[in-house]
Amino acid sequence: MSVRSAARLNLAANAPAEQAGRPASDLATGRRQQARRRRLAVYGLRLLLGVAIVVGWELGARAGVIDKFFWSQPSDIAATLWRWVTEGTDLGPLSDQVLVTMEETVGGFFVGSIFGVIFGVVLGSNRLLSDVLSPYIKGANAIPRVVVGALFAVSLGLDIKSKIATASVLVFFVVFFNAFQGVREVDRNLVANARILGANTRQLTTEIVIPSALSWIVASLHTSFGLALVGAVVGELFGAYQGVGELIYESKNLFDTSGVFAGMALLAAIALVAEALISELEKRLITWRPPVATETRI
Amino acid sequence: MAVAIQLRGVTKRFLTPSGGVYTALRDLNLTVEPGEFCAVVGPTGCGKSTTLGLISGLEPPSEGEVDVFGQPVKGIAGGLGYMFQTDAVFPWKTVLENVAAGPRYRGMSHREARVKARDWITRVGLAGFEDRYPYQLSGGMRKRVALAQSLINGPRILLMDEPFSALDVQTRSLMETELLSLWSATSASVVFVTHDLEEAISLSDRVFVLTAGPGTVKSTYKVDLPRPRNVAEIRFNPRFIEIYEEIWKDLKDEVLVSYERQKRGAA
Repeated sequence: MSVRSAARLNLAANAPAEQAGRPASDLATGRRQQARRRRLAVYGLRLLLGVAIVVGWELGARAGVIDKFFWSQPSDIAATLWRWVTEGTDLGPLSDQVLVTMEETVGGFFVGSIFGVIFGVVLGSNRLLSDVLSPYIKGANAIPRVVVGALFAVSLGLDIKSKIATASVLVFFVVFFNAFQGVREVDRNLVANARILGANTRQLTTEIVIPSALSWIVASLHTSFGLALVGAVVGELFGAYQGVGELIYESKNLFDTSGVFAGMALLAAIALVAEALISELEKRLITWRPPVATETRI
Repeated sequence: MAVAIQLRGVTKRFLTPSGGVYTALRDLNLTVEPGEFCAVVGPTGCGKSTTLGLISGLEPPSEGEVDVFGQPVKGIAGGLGYMFQTDAVFPWKTVLENVAAGPRYRGMSHREARVKARDWITRVGLAGFEDRYPYQLSGGMRKRVALAQSLINGPRILLMDEPFSALDVQTRSLMETELLSLWSATSASVVFVTHDLEEAISLSDRVFVLTAGPGTVKSTYKVDLPRPRNVAEIRFNPRFIEIYEEIWKDLKDEVLVSYERQKRGAA
């Protein structure tokens, strides 16, 4: 649960006390202060935990408790990152590597999501088709799908195409299953109501089925962007000229664990930014849901 | 003039998930005149809602005939409004879009539908709430949206499936009075399903009592109370009490039968 919703819940839980003797405005101010203090405390503790981990790691490495060669140390990782930013990487400027990986991720995310939604909605509303295809889909889903990266590296070459393909395969299944489920779980009453009101099949699909499935689909986008990143990086590991995954692969070949960690830090940063963007998208797409419900994630 | 709704010897069976056959209605005969307000009462599980499903064309009968204005029902008929027991307003549409949905589905332009919808929103007392989403409304207000949504299409037949059962008592009698005043301005025939005898009598011209499932019409009662009625006060009318006692004697046996069955089912 996010800090904001925690604060809100806190407010809600205390609400009945409003009836007590003190003037309402007084109570409200007090409660706001309380909520703010709590928020500050959470932020403070978060920061403290992060600092403790980094300092502990650094001191452990310097004292020799942690083997620097295998586990690196924060100062080395920061230095590597700084070198990449200022002098560029062995593969070229750092911004190029990040951009390439972003491009592959976003490309795979969109291709996979679009196909996932289309197949999910079509199969979800056609029982015969879904019955016929279900063993194949289940079978395909059972394969550890990152291995298709190997196939695409051969068939599509080492450039961006093979990474987009790998990422979109990973994304496709997640979005597909959610869209499918979303279509299947449409409230029978809403469908009956729309039919009584005069909706034809097309209107039923666009105005009832898809909006209803949308909350499932959007919920899956959080997971699937992460998978798109996995797909892009795995694609790069199978062979690439550029990208953060390739950077990690190069560093590994040089036994440069600081480089591996620096790459991981970059990927984490990319994922966090994307997560924030998707949350924003979710808010825009689904305005009709009570705001609290969308904030139950971590 | 042809009768509005006629069910002749209607039987409805469902397949249960375990493969058995469940008979919800058995040899049901029922007639509703144009412009008449009818209530259907009966114990839980006697097939009241099923009756509405058959009239609306959402479900075909297993046997027998269902006619609406002299025409056999094949699929969903036009000129029909249906208020469901649970909330069936579209959660992703605003009040305005919800009410405008019917006219739009029936081919009216967006703009015209909106103008018409605003009018109906005012009539059900929701002016100023056009841009709210259903989750931002109270249960009573959502029922008003559903009512406007059904009435905007100018239905000749309005089917209501315990529409107010989830509301608190005060809101409920307010909504009932409002329903009557909106209905009196139309010429629609209403079939109002409820398990609440008081509600049935205070709203309707005729009350059908169904037997414990499989349901069939046990008896029919005429409610000769004057209109317009104030739902909150009519129950103090001596005639109301007479009618209530008369119907209740009849209904009580069915309720007991149904209750005994449930107890046995649970044991």
